[in-house]
Amino acid sequence: MTNQDFPLIFERSKEGRVSYSLPDLDVPEVDLEAELTATYMRQEAPELPEVSELEIMRHYTGLSNRNYGVDSGFYPLGSCTMKYNPKINEDVARLEGFTHIHPYQDPKTVQGALEMMYDLQQALQEITGMAGVSLQSAAGAHGEWTGLMMIRAFHEANGDFHRTKVIVPDSAHGTNPASASVAGFESVTVKTNEKGLVDLEDLKRVVGDDTAALMLTNPNTLGLFETEILEMAEIVHGVGGKLYYDGANLNAIMGYARPGDMGFDVVHLNLHKTFTGPHGGGGPGSGPVGVSAELEPFLPKPLVVKKDDFYTLEYDRPQSIGRVKPFYGNFGINLRAYTYIRTMGAEGLKKVSEYAVLNANYMMRKLEKVYDLPYNQHCKHEFVLSGKRQKKLGVRTLDIAKRLLDFGYHPPTVYFPLNVEEAMMIEPTETESKETLDGFINTLLIIADEAENNPEIVQEAPHNTIMKRMDETTAARKPILRYYKA
Amino acid sequence: MDFRYLPMTETDKKEMLDSIGIQETDELFSDIPEKVRLKRSLNLKEPKNEFELKKELAQMAKKNYNLKEYTSFLGAGVYDHFIPSVVDHVISRSEFYTAYTPYQPEISQGELQAIFEFQTMISELTGMPVANSSMYDGGTSLAEAVNLSAGQTRRKKVIVSKAVHPEYRAVIETYGKGPNLDIVYIDHVNGLTDLEQLAHELDDTTASVVIQYPNFFGQLEPLAKIRELLVNQPKAMFIVSSNPLSLGVLTPPGAFGADIVVGDTQVFGIPAQFGGPHCGYFATTEKLMRKIPGRLVGQTVDENGVRGYVLTLQAREQHIRRDKATSNICSNQALNALASAVAMSSIGKHGLKKMAELNMHKARYAKKQLEVAGFEVVHDGSFFNEFVVKLPVPVKVANDKLLEKGIIGGYDLAAYYPELEGHMLVAVTEIRTKEEIDAFVKELGDIHD
Repeated sequence: MTNQDFPLIFERSKEGRVSYSLPDLDVPEVDLEAELTATYMRQEAPELPEVSELEIMRHYTGLSNRNYGVDSGFYPLGSCTMKYNPKINEDVARLEGFTHIHPYQDPKTVQGALEMMYDLQQALQEITGMAGVSLQSAAGAHGEWTGLMMIRAFHEANGDFHRTKVIVPDSAHGTNPASASVAGFESVTVKTNEKGLVDLEDLKRVVGDDTAALMLTNPNTLGLFETEILEMAEIVHGVGGKLYYDGANLNAIMGYARPGDMGFDVVHLNLHKTFTGPHGGGGPGSGPVGVSAELEPFLPKPLVVKKDDFYTLEYDRPQSIGRVKPFYGNFGINLRAYTYIRTMGAEGLKKVSEYAVLNANYMMRKLEKVYDLPYNQHCKHEFVLSGKRQKKLGVRTLDIAKRLLDFGYHPPTVYFPLNVEEAMMIEPTETESKETLDGFINTLLIIADEAENNPEIVQEAPHNTIMKRMDETTAARKPILRYYKA
Repeated sequence: MDFRYLPMTETDKKEMLDSIGIQETDELFSDIPEKVRLKRSLNLKEPKNEFELKKELAQMAKKNYNLKEYTSFLGAGVYDHFIPSVVDHVISRSEFYTAYTPYQPEISQGELQAIFEFQTMISELTGMPVANSSMYDGGTSLAEAVNLSAGQTRRKKVIVSKAVHPEYRAVIETYGKGPNLDIVYIDHVNGLTDLEQLAHELDDTTASVVIQYPNFFGQLEPLAKIRELLVNQPKAMFIVSSNPLSLGVLTPPGAFGADIVVGDTQVFGIPAQFGGPHCGYFATTEKLMRKIPGRLVGQTVDENGVRGYVLTLQAREQHIRRDKATSNICSNQALNALASAVAMSSIGKHGLKKMAELNMHKARYAKKQLEVAGFEVVHDGSFFNEFVVKLPVPVKVANDKLLEKGIIGGYDLAAYYPELEGHMLVAVTEIRTKEEIDAFVKELGDIHD
């Protein structure tokens, strides 16, 4: 691969070339121009490409070669759980009986689809320890907002209209306060203590009769288990608030502990993280929401229910928050997650968490020798290092991330969580071999050494990628968001 | 039991435990308080090996009546269209589907460029200068557009036509609870939005007017006239939800002064798959560029001056003013946007017009044959590929009979419009043949008799 411009599909276009093969016109033609009139008949055709089929394949194959996925190499992107995406999932999702079914078909004609959804609801209830699950939310952030809307509906159903605040730790995922805002709440920050956990004293200070909920990730974004979770639940429930579980980090505790048993009232899961739905370059995901019995009436509708061995969609749910999405959620992603759960079973899922945690601790202990470890204790599925020492040498965490590209790795999440300086958040996942972990550890040690002895090579990285560092400032200042024919 | 996705051997595990300085992995979980530890196994179905599981799930799939084995006239927002073979071959490349959001542009140029191309295609189709990288689906994209209009105008009143997809409206209602929107519905008359009522409701507290084009009944709303009504309320935004395939033939909403155009690209390369994942699009004006929800890909250069692409305008919403955000969307539908981009490339400039016209010719043929057979097609306006037919029996009864003949009938409008009991919304796409349409008309006629 050379450092050169890769043509856009539009730049490959040539008048008169086609790639389509459309069904025949076997009915009489109608004069559409006369019917629509010049006002509604499009006068100028949209500039879509005119290319041959081979050119399409070359174009997109070329683009795929300029992309990096889990199948390409190690992808320890913290909080994103970039584990292997099993191929059976893809095969199952492409079965005609699942791919080509319409959401408005009579339930009696889609019993297999509804059965899968029902079974998945059941399995997720068991894994999380919740009383009910809706599969409707399309992604994690969508699930967060759905959960908060249910909490809002719950309080309002109790005549409680003054709970305007959602408490969010300073280490929380950025979507948490955003979801709170979109749901009509004001977010309040609770501090992290010196152990990297929620500061209980600060929590006591910020809760009150205006608290709608506390949103929490457990293990938190530092990869640490919130050991005082029961005390936190007591504090929040004590003032009438609800406890919200951000399931982004569930990969750490499957079969070991369940949010429902910790006192959480609402849970969302990221099926595209923990349950191997592929990330697809940014989506589609799936963000089912689970609730305690008390909040069950507020779940989005419809829900899949089973009556006398017949699966159907239940719409008659008067207290439901309504729809959060047309139809029934990202069925295709839910199906992949279901296939994964049926592949692993209870024992397998527990082993997933066991190895996710073992792998993270192994790496953390090897790397703490050269990188700063702000919170020195067993981590769960991920851990956060600080590039403070390297920063003193003039090498920033961003440089380290870019240098990793030269060695063929996807870098960890950087500059997050916000409460750690020069943060590097590493999540190896359970699907990686020891050789892969050792290779990555070794590379990070080499880069630390380079930072001391040859900082320029890190500061000027990447050297081996098809593109050098991009000018992001100009991109934002003078945005070019589409192609125009020259 | 061995698990094929877990590569650590017992030797590996032993070495790692030694390296950490512990005996058992359980020690790593000792921070979980005793009280919340799960002391039993999860109660899940027994796992199956790859062969057995595939067999079981294939049997489960077979229980569904699929659109390839049955002849379908069902649309109502989800359509069975021709999907070029290249689409699945491209999205099956695992450099695409196993990648995360392109945070590292140096190794994500493929995804970034594909999305930049997608944005360009949506911009072309809608006649809007800016389009984002995708939304969850048409319904949530529309709800985000409505919330944006309220935030931007600092107004609460949103005027929504009842000829907008009922489930999209339901999503608007749920999304509207956060910012406390006041949603006002406009009735449908002869399959179109009642413009008199719309004119009456439109005032200086209106944040936006929401119209679907073609609307839920398949009819073409007179966007030019609606635009005229909005001239007197220039602050109120004009939001149009549009089937992008129809824009191969129809004048795009951008030409009628729309402020935001949204919809679903499921029609391009994405199978129905029981309602999702599909792919929302969101297009708008230069003026609203920095308010657009979701991700945007922008063109730039690298240090060597080579053209490339990055996620841009990220200094918005959840990243900076995260507690004042008006949208929280993070994951989107990137892989489906890619599928749609490939389909649009394959169908191409001329193919798009042809495909849209095929839908219109075939739908008109079906309408005419139904009329010949004595059915009343209730609306007389121009339409795209859907129309409403009145039946002498409840739609469910008709559909049960059709199913026996291998036909999945149209959508029962009574589900959301009690006044339209016995009215079926019929969708005819380019893949329906004359024979299939004739059979559909004949079978319906038999029920008639």
